Amino acid sequence: MTSPQGPGAEVVLDGLSRHYGSVHALDGLHLTIEPGEMVALLGPSGCGKTTALRILAGLERADEGRVLVSGQDISDVPANKRDMGMVFQAYSLFPHMTVLENVGFGLRMRGVGQRERRARGLEVLQLVGLGDQRDRYAHQLSGGQQQRVALARALAVEPSVLLLDEPLSALDAKVRTQLREEIRRVQMEVGRTTVFVTHDQEEALAIADRVGVMSNGRLEQIAPPEELYARPRTRFVAEFVGLTNRLDAAVDGSTARVLDCTVPLLDGSVASGPGLALVRPEALEVRPESDGNAAVASRSFLGSVSHVTCDLDGGPEVTAQTSSALAAELAPGTRVRVSVAPSPVLVVPAG
Amino acid sequence: MKPSYTWRVTRVALLLLFGAFFLVPLLAMLDFSTRDLGGGRSGEAWLDLVRDPDLSAAIITSLLLALLTVGGMLVLLVPTMIWVRLRVPRATRLVEFLCLLPLTIPALVIVVGMRNVYSWVNYLVSDSVLTLTFVYVVLVLPYSYRAIDAALSGIDAVTLSEAARSLGAGWFTVIGRIVVPNIWSGVLSAAFVSVALVLGEFTIASLTNYENLQVVIALLGKSEARTSVAASAAALLFASVLLMALSYVGRGRRARKENLT
Repeated sequence: MTSPQGPGAEVVLDGLSRHYGSVHALDGLHLTIEPGEMVALLGPSGCGKTTALRILAGLERADEGRVLVSGQDISDVPANKRDMGMVFQAYSLFPHMTVLENVGFGLRMRGVGQRERRARGLEVLQLVGLGDQRDRYAHQLSGGQQQRVALARALAVEPSVLLLDEPLSALDAKVRTQLREEIRRVQMEVGRTTVFVTHDQEEALAIADRVGVMSNGRLEQIAPPEELYARPRTRFVAEFVGLTNRLDAAVDGSTARVLDCTVPLLDGSVASGPGLALVRPEALEVRPESDGNAAVASRSFLGSVSHVTCDLDGGPEVTAQTSSALAAELAPGTRVRVSVAPSPVLVVPAG
Repeated sequence: MKPSYTWRVTRVALLLLFGAFFLVPLLAMLDFSTRDLGGGRSGEAWLDLVRDPDLSAAIITSLLLALLTVGGMLVLLVPTMIWVRLRVPRATRLVEFLCLLPLTIPALVIVVGMRNVYSWVNYLVSDSVLTLTFVYVVLVLPYSYRAIDAALSGIDAVTLSEAARSLGAGWFTVIGRIVVPNIWSGVLSAAFVSVALVLGEFTIASLTNYENLQVVIALLGKSEARTSVAASAAALLFASVLLMALSYVGRGRRARKENLT
């Protein structure tokens, strides 16, 4: 079931809905994933991202809508007949099998002979860097190794779609960062269409070709990471992805006045009148000024950059990102002027 | 931390006390069953175990009953419990309630209640003593349920089965090749407990006028006291060995796990 474009297949989720009682886990989800693309579905828990993945895998059924892979409707195909590999959030290696047997399981189900299973198994274990662990059992491996074996197991059957259901969230921070780079490398190498579900925005932004932000069973926006960050289309996206300051703004034509500065508007902003501008910390500039408009409340050192939190006079608290060298001069209590850089911002209706 | 002296003494004392509690009756049985009338020793009573046709028939009957009960219990319980856990978790409470129910009903009540059912069983199936299997399967449900449930709770059956399915396994493969091998210790425990229970069962067989091992032992006790005691001791020893094997299976597994980490 390989598509003509390469080893990956095009995946279309067409109007998927799923209700649990009165809860709408999915509410008419539309999503098209290009062959070989890696899409991350990002959202808070309960937004429907995992449900979408499970419906794609065939582990759950949609109440409405279709799933198309390479143009074929597979909505009624059971999970074990779908050509997909899946990695789960919980450790899922079969405890009574060695690493190599685990990796070969899918091939065995497809009637592949012992010799070929072994060869293919060793090949994918090499790919995830665990060739020397082939005779071990799951309980002898660390969490990160187990998830890498699970990835190898999913890839061994050469699926047209690879599904990753928060594969990193059970791991500690350092292993998580390492493994996500590795997942990306492996995915690029094998070129499979991949859907990656996560609640960790950093993870999603770091490795996906496109990130889909979900909320209440719907897709809020799907875009490449840079675009999602720089040009959020809805308030939810702006506030969920990255840090955001909320500042009073007055919209006039194609620009807005924020903190006495003029900034261009993003699509989706209010047409005119007052609103709230959603401004990234790095779009705020802070400089010491005795008759400024704010006072430094606190600062936190993040390495080469620092975050400086300021109390605006008669207004909210804002967080700005500055170089750490500048932040060193900004002791709490210092009078500063906070201004907005002329990068486009989203202005949403106030309240 | 090293246990204190008093604690160690108490422990040894308790162990001896309980050991005596179990061993003294057994030794007394051995002593009694090997006496002869003249005050010497003889193995006659033990030889009777195989020589007495009634007794050896009863031993075979009880062993067959044990085998059939284990088979019936496993076929009934293992797939049901796995299926409930994987597909209908809502039914967990109901199945647990049903399985534990036999514990709360006295054997006498079961027999009275079963009279009607058994007149049909005898009419439709057979009136062989082996039809006791049906009652015994019900009787061992609580213990077997506990053993298998504990083993199932020890693994993430849902995730394992979803992983297997996404790799192309059908439901039979999921149950047979993925879940059962990982709850094997629980399945074995359930089987051993069932065997021990069936070999020791007297009330129901006696009340329904069937002759299993315990019934024959009781009858023998009235004429050949020594042989009956020898048979009791043999059954008891056999059951103890089984139960020890059970705890060994459980422990062996745990120990292996710890060693390898």
